[in-house]
Amino acid sequence: MSVSSELLINEGSMRRNRAVRRFGQIGLWLNPVFAYFFLWAPIVILVLFSFNDSRSVASFTGFTLKWYNNILNNVMGAERAFSTEIMLNAFRNSLFVGTVATAIATALGAMIALALARGNFPGKKLIDGLLFLPVVIPEITQAISLAIFFKVAFDWIATISGERIFPGFHTIIMAHVTFNISFVAIVVRARLADMDPQLEEAANDLGANPWRTFWRITFPLVLPGVVSGALLAFTLSLDDFVITFFTSGVGTSTLPVFVYGLLKLTVTPEVNAISTIMMVLSTLLIGISLVLQARSASRV
Amino acid sequence: MRRNGVFLALPTILWLVIFFVLPLAVVLVFSFMSRGRGGVAIMPFTLEHYQRAFGVFFIILQRSIGLAALTTIVCLIVGYPLAFFISTRRRRIVRQITLFLVILPFWTNFLIRTYAWRILLGEEGTINGVLLSLGLISEALPLLNTQLAVLIGLVYGFLPFMALPIYASVERFNFRYVDAAHDLGANDVRTFLRVVLPLTLPGVLAGCALVFIPSVGAFVTPDLLGGTKGLMIGNLINKQFGGSGNMPLGSALSIVMMAVVMISLLVYVFANRREAAA
Repeated sequence: MSVSSELLINEGSMRRNRAVRRFGQIGLWLNPVFAYFFLWAPIVILVLFSFNDSRSVASFTGFTLKWYNNILNNVMGAERAFSTEIMLNAFRNSLFVGTVATAIATALGAMIALALARGNFPGKKLIDGLLFLPVVIPEITQAISLAIFFKVAFDWIATISGERIFPGFHTIIMAHVTFNISFVAIVVRARLADMDPQLEEAANDLGANPWRTFWRITFPLVLPGVVSGALLAFTLSLDDFVITFFTSGVGTSTLPVFVYGLLKLTVTPEVNAISTIMMVLSTLLIGISLVLQARSASRV
Repeated sequence: MRRNGVFLALPTILWLVIFFVLPLAVVLVFSFMSRGRGGVAIMPFTLEHYQRAFGVFFIILQRSIGLAALTTIVCLIVGYPLAFFISTRRRRIVRQITLFLVILPFWTNFLIRTYAWRILLGEEGTINGVLLSLGLISEALPLLNTQLAVLIGLVYGFLPFMALPIYASVERFNFRYVDAAHDLGANDVRTFLRVVLPLTLPGVLAGCALVFIPSVGAFVTPDLLGGTKGLMIGNLINKQFGGSGNMPLGSALSIVMMAVVMISLLVYVFANRREAAA
């Protein structure tokens, strides 16, 4: 091969390389523009049309607050009767379920995290798997397995004792605790892994008994992890729809189950207004909980 | 404390056995039982439901896996450059803001985020409204209640699950390797394929698993956006628990779906291990 043809090839490949780079640079700028547009357009449109003067979501004709006013006056648009009372009641249900489920799940999750991190017993791998599975199996599978399980268990109790138990708060709470345990355990374990075990050994060496060591050393140090885990559990509990939908009974709908009933209908400006309110509230709630979490983590 | 480890773990183990393992075991048993009146499970044992799952309902199983795979691919195509864009911002504050803008929409309930697409995609929705007024189309496009709507909804629902793990691995990536590869004579394509991609692969694999698994089992998205054309296996399972339902069939479909999820998890673990060994 002559020198000149080698140069020629080199020049060709360099030109190609430049084209690739140019293409890549354009792509690297276009992609985020598209991605952010894609992520935010639905939210902006939803909020915008909750203030739209006409019922249409095809074009914006003017600003109004009347849909928000309608919600306060129990009007849901079209022919559907709607009650703000029922919605607030559903929200109270959500808070109640979330609080109880979070308390139980946090205790159970923190306990198993401690046991796995500090204890020494056989079958740890198996327990790891048991904790990991609820996080990965599809929600719908967990939902119907609990629904079937409660039905079978309640049928069985009815034939034995003659007393019929119906699904309600207790079933929702048991379901929420079940899916929350793993998340709490994961968060607390991460905190325990960051902790220096020598601190506990030092306390022991200084003559503290295990009980005292736990309450004076271990507990204060894992507390931020426990708080984070509890906040995560509470958020997941408030947010859950699928599992609650399958385990709730008459009159115990949580907010997401209630909202689902509205969203299944046609698009109305009132539903847009409710969605906007919920969006603002949940964003505030999560924002506040994250700030609290960051504070409690930095304090230790 | 050390000796008491088992006692500390016992209540939680007991809870998970009763409310997680036992219910799944009941589902497994139900899936082999016959359908009684009102859709409940009765004896004798049968394979009928599995035959139907792989017979008449195979097309829906196929569609679910296909849509989940497509969702994963689209999320990867959108999410990978996005993660790169965020982590290559020079100023820390810009990095934080661009990352926050990806996370913030997900502080809203999944139902509402999905509903927002009904506004956009509906026959009298925003997209059709804009296209009609611009004169680009003469009659409304059928966007809602299609598989395309489900795909869009799934990508929208799970994009951060792809972008965030990739972002984490791009953050760890040392860009001096790119200079080194260039100095050694590799062009951009080669550098990307031989250096950048392999080193960010753990994030890509994690992202794919995190998107694919919930997509296969999706229920809300196809329920709100798919109509009958976009029906997925999650909706089919849901239908078996209504008035004219068939709980054993629903159980069998759940077991099949779980098998799909387990297989994809195994693929993930296997790929990850090979990657770590390489």
